[in-house]
Amino acid sequence: MKIKADLERCVGAGMCALTLPQVFDQSEDDGTVEILDPEPPAELAAAVRRAVQLCPSGALSLDTTDAAESAEPIE
Amino acid sequence: MTEATPRLSIFPLARERTFDPPDELTRRRAEAPLQRMMYGDGHEGWLATGYAESRAILADARFSSRPELMHSALPQRVELRRGPLPPGFFLQMDPPDHTRYRRLLTGQFTVRRMKQLEPRIHDITESRLDAMEREGAPADLVRSFALPIPSLVICEMLGVPYEDREKFQHDSSVILDLEASTDEITAARDDLLAYLGALVAAKRKDPGDDMLSGLTASGELTDAEIAGMGLLLLIAGHETTANMLGLGTFALLTNPRQLAVVRDDPGAVENAVEELLRYLSILHIGPTRTALEDVEIGGTLVRAGESVTLSLGAANRDPERFEGGDTLDVTRSAQGHLSFGHGIHQCLGQQLARVEMRIAYPALLRRFPGLRLAVPPEEVPMRATSAVYGVRRLPVLW
Repeated sequence: MKIKADLERCVGAGMCALTLPQVFDQSEDDGTVEILDPEPPAELAAAVRRAVQLCPSGALSLDTTDAAESAEPIE
Repeated sequence: MTEATPRLSIFPLARERTFDPPDELTRRRAEAPLQRMMYGDGHEGWLATGYAESRAILADARFSSRPELMHSALPQRVELRRGPLPPGFFLQMDPPDHTRYRRLLTGQFTVRRMKQLEPRIHDITESRLDAMEREGAPADLVRSFALPIPSLVICEMLGVPYEDREKFQHDSSVILDLEASTDEITAARDDLLAYLGALVAAKRKDPGDDMLSGLTASGELTDAEIAGMGLLLLIAGHETTANMLGLGTFALLTNPRQLAVVRDDPGAVENAVEELLRYLSILHIGPTRTALEDVEIGGTLVRAGESVTLSLGAANRDPERFEGGDTLDVTRSAQGHLSFGHGIHQCLGQQLARVEMRIAYPALLRRFPGLRLAVPPEEVPMRATSAVYGVRRLPVLW
C-alpha cells in the first residue's frame, strides 16, 4: 500500500493527522498534509483506509498494487 | 421519484423533543433521503436528510456555495441571500477564491498547533470554574462557562479585545437569528465589520502577535478582506463551541450514565466529544448548495440551478450509517459524523473546537460532581430560532 496526496485539493482540515498521527502530519506553513510514512506497515492498513476515507477534500488516495490487499473491505 | 407523499413546503425548524431533529425530517428521511422541497422564494429545490446523500453533495465540486446562486429554504431569509457578500467571507465562496483565503489560515489551525494551545485552554477553563465556585450556586452555565471559554480563546487567537465581547456577542446573535429581519441582520453585520475594520487598521500600524496582525503582514489582503475573514472566524469561533458546551452539558445532565463516563474515564473523552457532536448536530438548518450542472445523487437527478438544503441533524441520525442513532451513546464510534460538514468547506476550526470540548466537559464535571439542573428540563430556554441550536441559559446547582 502506498499513500498519495494531492496538495492542490487538500484543505488542511486535519482529519488525517487527527486520526493517524504516526502517518500524517500537516505543514506548519499552510496546514496541508505531510505524509510521514508513505508506505506504512501492514498492521496500519485499516487505520490508513479510515483516514483516507475521512479526508473531506478527497486529497488522499491509496495505490494498492497487491490485488488481495485492495480487495479488503474499508471497515 | 413518485409523488405518493405531498411535497414538503418550507424546512421545518420546530422540534418535538429537545435533543432530536424535527420529526418531520426523520419521517422524510425514511421516505426518501433526497426529496423535493418548496423554498421560501417559491423555488422547487431539494431537501437532503440521508447520510450518504448529504456526504456526496458536500464532497461534490459541482455544487456551489455562492449565495447569489442559492435559493433560501426559509421565507424570511430570501432577500438576505441576494445581498452582496462581505469581501473575505470565504464560507460562501467556491474555488479558487475560497482556496486563496482558506490557505492563508489553515496553517494556524493544524492538529499540532491546537495541541500547543491545550495548556492555555486548560488555564482559561480552570479560572472560569474558580469564578463559578466563588460566586456560588445557582449559576447560568452559558454565561459563566460555555460562552466565556471559546470567546476568550478566539479573542486571544485573533487579537480581538475580550472587553468588547458584548458588542460582538450581540451582533453575532442577531446575524444567526433566523427570525431577524434583513435590515436587522445587515445592520449587525455592517456594525461588526466596521468594528473589525477599525481593529485591522490599528493592527496594520501597530501589529501584535495575533492572527489578524499576521494577516495584515501577509501583504496579500486589504483591510476589508481581513475584516470579512475576521467576521467569519469570530462568529464561528465562539458561537459553535459555546452552544456545544451548553447543550452538551444539558444532554449529559439528562443522561447520568453517559455523564459518569465522561467524568470518570479520561480515555473515553475523545470519543464522547465526537458522539456529542453527532447526536446534537447544532447547525439547525443547512448548509445549502446549488447545482452548477445536472448531478445525479443516489439515482436522483438534481438539475443545474436547483438548490439542495441539508439537515445535518437528520443525516447524523441516519440508521443506515449510525445504528440506534437517536440514542446518545458516548462509547459508540461516531467517527465520520457530518457536524463539521464535509468537502472543501469542512470546518477550519474543528481541531480547536475538539481541544476546547475535550478539556472543558470533564473539567466541569470533575470540579462539580454534584452538578444538576436548577429547573425542570422542560423549562430550560432553547435557541429555537437561531441558525446554531443550543440553550439560551442553563441554570445549574452543585
